[in-house]
Amino acid sequence: MQMFRQIFLCFGLLVMATLTVSSTAHATGQTLELVQKRGHLKCGVSQGLPGFSTPDDRGSWTGIDVDFCKAMAAAIFNDASKVKFTPLSAKERFTAIQSGEVDIIARNTTWSMHRDTALGVDFPVINYYDGQGFMVRRDLGIKSALELDGATLCTNQGTTTELNAADYFRSNAMQYEIVAFEKADESVAAYNSGRCDAYTTDHSALYAQKLKLTDPKAHIVLPEVISKEPLGPLVRQGDSAWNDLVRWTHYASLTAEELGVTSKNLKKMSRSSNPAIRRLFGLDGSFGANLGLSKQWAVQIIGSVGNYGEIFERNLGVKTPLGIKRGANALWTQGGLQYAPPIR
Amino acid sequence: MRSWLNRDALLQAIVLLAVVAGMVWLVGNVQSNLERQNINSGFGFLSERAGFGINQTLIDYTEDDSFGRVVVVGLLNTLLVSVLGIFFATLLGFSLGVARLSRNWLISKIAMVYIEIFRNVPLLLQIMFWYFGVLRNLPSPRQALSIGEAMFVSNRGVVVPWLEAGAGAVWYGVAFAGVLAGGFWLRRRALKMKLNTGQASRVWRPLALLTLALFAVAALLAGVPFTLDVPYLKGFNFRGGLTVIPEFVALLLALSLYTAAFIAEIVRAGINAVDKGQREASAALGLPESLALRLVVIPQALRVIIPPLTSQYLNLTKNSSLAVAIAYPDIVSVLAGTTLSQVGQAVEIIFVTMMIYLSLSLLTSWAMNRYNQRMALVGNAS
Ligand SMILES: N[C@@H](CCC(=O)N[C@@H](CS)C(=O)NCC(=O)O)C(=O)O
Repeated sequence: MQMFRQIFLCFGLLVMATLTVSSTAHATGQTLELVQKRGHLKCGVSQGLPGFSTPDDRGSWTGIDVDFCKAMAAAIFNDASKVKFTPLSAKERFTAIQSGEVDIIARNTTWSMHRDTALGVDFPVINYYDGQGFMVRRDLGIKSALELDGATLCTNQGTTTELNAADYFRSNAMQYEIVAFEKADESVAAYNSGRCDAYTTDHSALYAQKLKLTDPKAHIVLPEVISKEPLGPLVRQGDSAWNDLVRWTHYASLTAEELGVTSKNLKKMSRSSNPAIRRLFGLDGSFGANLGLSKQWAVQIIGSVGNYGEIFERNLGVKTPLGIKRGANALWTQGGLQYAPPIR
Repeated sequence: MRSWLNRDALLQAIVLLAVVAGMVWLVGNVQSNLERQNINSGFGFLSERAGFGINQTLIDYTEDDSFGRVVVVGLLNTLLVSVLGIFFATLLGFSLGVARLSRNWLISKIAMVYIEIFRNVPLLLQIMFWYFGVLRNLPSPRQALSIGEAMFVSNRGVVVPWLEAGAGAVWYGVAFAGVLAGGFWLRRRALKMKLNTGQASRVWRPLALLTLALFAVAALLAGVPFTLDVPYLKGFNFRGGLTVIPEFVALLLALSLYTAAFIAEIVRAGINAVDKGQREASAALGLPESLALRLVVIPQALRVIIPPLTSQYLNLTKNSSLAVAIAYPDIVSVLAGTTLSQVGQAVEIIFVTMMIYLSLSLLTSWAMNRYNQRMALVGNAS
């Protein structure tokens, strides 16, 4: 069945590539216009990763990646609900964006050089700094990933995870066996039933998938971070206006946090005389217009999904079942890596 | 008449030319469009380093090997599960088909229940069932069920002792091939002799002698280049021996059991298509029922059975691509799965994958058609 879907996506790509004769069709900035005409944003997400993108019992999506697309919709339509989410497996995602099935992908996807330069996609911004790790059963009594010699690993196909694991075990002269599933749920289920000694993926996802295990407390996440996994949204290459919009959607939510603007104090803040806040609110300057949006674009974002801190705490933070600390994703002013260029 | 023929040929040539020109234009267009979108194109990736591990490889493979080798590894895995699947499905399917027609009420009903269940539950579900159902109930390697401390069953699969072949092992291969060839020759000679003179000739004694002689020569040339590799538990898992991974077992089981149900129905229909008089005549000649079935009914039924049986074989091969759901590294999983997403060239990779399935299908059809022709000829001669 998956094969058919893959063929279908690929066929879309082929049709597009075959029949496009005019050389300008994809190069120029048309995505925003296309999205506005259509009336909703088409956003590719994961098939279900708590904290990032996961459907609830009523079929509505939540998570930090979901909120990213909602923020885009809020900026474009002043209505965060104008998004159509398409769940994509790790291996389908790039074909889906290349073939134009979605306008943007926000799917815990690592920005790597190969993906950026060979796949016809662009990564405008990093919305979560992550790194790969391992989860094992507590009763194995292992304290470090370096004790995993000879272990069997469960993971997902078509990920950076698969490659990093190979590099890590080889460079530490350890043996391993890898069992790579197409869907995350199956790889978690296989790990859960004992097929593998360790489950490996991005650290954030380890915490998320742990919740799906029969007895989450019987498993621990090993301390090693074996790779850099800068996760961010991606778009088709060649539309720099659309690139800008994606980038500044994230930066608006970071700037709001930096300035102490939240979804709750918008009214009060709109009366602020702080020039930086006035620019964010579109009271001074023409930032919105330059993006092709309304003056209020940033207010619309913050009003509907909140600033970056609010988004993080709501989906991943210490008060959620995932319980992830801000760490590298704190603002640069708090010792983290999240840093927005100035809005001016 | 003649001028018509020429016009036909001309017309066909024009159409062919148009098709070829169209293809060339399409390919060129695809390439330039992919290029404009900054998507890599071409088949250069096949010689690049793959960089990922595969947990079942019938030939030597490491992360340092190329994507091209990944294709071969995946193809062999597909062939392994398909060929064995076809073998078991045929065996079980024929037995079930015959059982379905049995005069014994219980046997016939059991066969019917089997057929109805396995035919009507979606295959993907059956694969998941065997995989997770069986996996969940197996112990970890440290608690593995052991058979004589040499064979172990755990949730990592079945580990069995294995003969590790050294450098001189080829000579044994040559000896084995010699025995096979000798066997065929002896059988042919015996048949000929029986037809010509009605006399039986010896087959087994010379064959045994030949076997002994050839292997003795191999041993003289190469010594004993085999070492027995017995698995042992070390750390997390077993080392040494041969591991049959659970993904393979589940997929093979599901494919065989599912396809057997369809084959059973085909066999039943085939047997029913043979004139009742044939059975009655065999009975009148005093042939016991089982012999009548084997010598009279089934050979005639085969002519009806083979064409639909062929399409079941093709189905099984194509269905083996569901492997990807349970992480069995077949061609779809390693090529259209991992390789595609690591390389990103969907058009080329899906094309290669489709060509591989097409070739497998054509090959199977061709072989089965040949077999069918042979069966038909035998029928006419009798
Ligand atoms: N960040 C890595 C891994 C991303 C990934 O796909 N991880 C899996 C394992 S947690 C996943 O998100 N699965 C969820 C799904 O398939 O929907 C990458 O970009 O390759």
